[in-house]
Amino acid sequence: MKNLSIQHWHVFNVTWRRLVKTPVASLLNVLVIGVALSLPVGGYILLKNTQHFSDRLVGAPQITVFLEADTTTAEVESTLEKLKALETIDHVEFVPRDLALKQLQQSTGLADVVGSLTVNPLPDALVIYPSIVEAEKIEALRDDLKFWPKFEKIQLDSAWAYKLQAILGFGQMAVIILATLLSFALVAITFNTIRLQILTQRDEIEVAKLIGATHQFIRRPFLYFGFLQGMMGGVTAWLIIILSLFLLNHNLGTLAQLYGSQFTLSYLSVADSLTLLGFSAFLGWLGAGLSVSQHLWQIEPK
Amino acid sequence: MIKFNQVYKRYAGGYEALKNVTFEIAEGEMVFLTGHSGAGKSTLLKLIAAIERPNSGSVLVRGQNIKALKSGALPYLRRHLGLIFQDHKLLFDRSVFNNVLLPLQIVGFDHRESVKRVRAALDKVGLLQREKANPIALSGGEQQRLCIARAIVNRPSILLADEPTGNLDTEYSSEIMNIFQSFHQVGVTLLISTHDEMVINRFPARALTLKNGELQP
Repeated sequence: MKNLSIQHWHVFNVTWRRLVKTPVASLLNVLVIGVALSLPVGGYILLKNTQHFSDRLVGAPQITVFLEADTTTAEVESTLEKLKALETIDHVEFVPRDLALKQLQQSTGLADVVGSLTVNPLPDALVIYPSIVEAEKIEALRDDLKFWPKFEKIQLDSAWAYKLQAILGFGQMAVIILATLLSFALVAITFNTIRLQILTQRDEIEVAKLIGATHQFIRRPFLYFGFLQGMMGGVTAWLIIILSLFLLNHNLGTLAQLYGSQFTLSYLSVADSLTLLGFSAFLGWLGAGLSVSQHLWQIEPK
Repeated sequence: MIKFNQVYKRYAGGYEALKNVTFEIAEGEMVFLTGHSGAGKSTLLKLIAAIERPNSGSVLVRGQNIKALKSGALPYLRRHLGLIFQDHKLLFDRSVFNNVLLPLQIVGFDHRESVKRVRAALDKVGLLQREKANPIALSGGEQQRLCIARAIVNRPSILLADEPTGNLDTEYSSEIMNIFQSFHQVGVTLLISTHDEMVINRFPARALTLKNGELQP
């Protein structure tokens, strides 16, 4: 056990020295891996942020009904009763036109414009919260409501969110394809790096075999190298993502302020970060492993 | 310790390097392997180190049949052998010290103990003062001695030396032979291939003579 840990420590040292020995080549490799990984990860982050946004909308679908201007209070009351009787509806909220105007004044920073109005242009509205979540059923409900008296306009808030989700599904597939292709690239990069290393260390491998080195002993530094290079590529990708998000959020902050809202892109979670590092390290290890099993047997002492 | 029984070795292309070779070397024995160049001396040593495998016949080393040896078991056999190569096979990307350290790293030896052993081995061959040098800066005789230090640092029970005095002048040769003699005295089994008459005449030991791949009586 002790022997093994000494060996591993020794191997780590050897590997690190190999990385540092060719600083430019190692740096470029790490950079290439980092950039390649940051593309799908960046796509994933954008998707996740948008997803989060659309989930909120889809999670609580609303149907807003704008009533005709001449609707009386009694008519509103009876409509509310009828709506509440429907099984597909959870509850209904009545928003009188005066309240709507006040809300508009408060929420969007249009106080000056609203204040200058002499007449309230807004209609009374009903906000319907359905008890069903399926997009088709909610759309069917909306279609039914169209024929009700005094209903001027019906708006399904989540309709566009469903469309957005469909687009997101498409984006997700694109990210998966991109990630798969670039993973292959990462494995290929490591494969080639290790192949070159094996060639330059031919003498050492041959001598080591002659003085009793096991296969594992010879393989290990190359596997560590692939692992380390992959992980450093992962760290680079992580840094690229964090820096990009920081810059984007900075600009997004200004943009969101203009619209009176606070929207920022969330950073990579700890779990996502660890997955990224683990995955890149694994791919590096895999590339090295493939390369070693392909090339090492060719070197036999003569 | 080493036992050949009717060994034939044919290389690709039909060249017969060894023909019907049978002999035995007891534990602790020192034996010379002589013969003209191309007689099969190197091939014979390679069979013992399992670098080559016989076409027919059996080669037993420490009771293990080389021919039947699984590739996974090979490293563990080689750890009992000290190999001294004609071309030294030193690594020029590291110091003298680290060249000798390599066999101990391979077996995962404790570092502090390793340092002691490396120094002892270098001291034995008279290279202690050069431990930080790169082997490329050493003379031919020093490189040969470094190769010996690397072969003995693991305290092998068998030492195989292929033309250890090959390109050296008489003074260096006897120096190296004296080192071998001292291993012989502590019970190491030695097989030294040489065509150096001076060596054979000055050091009393049994000699196996090869001629065109056959052992001479």
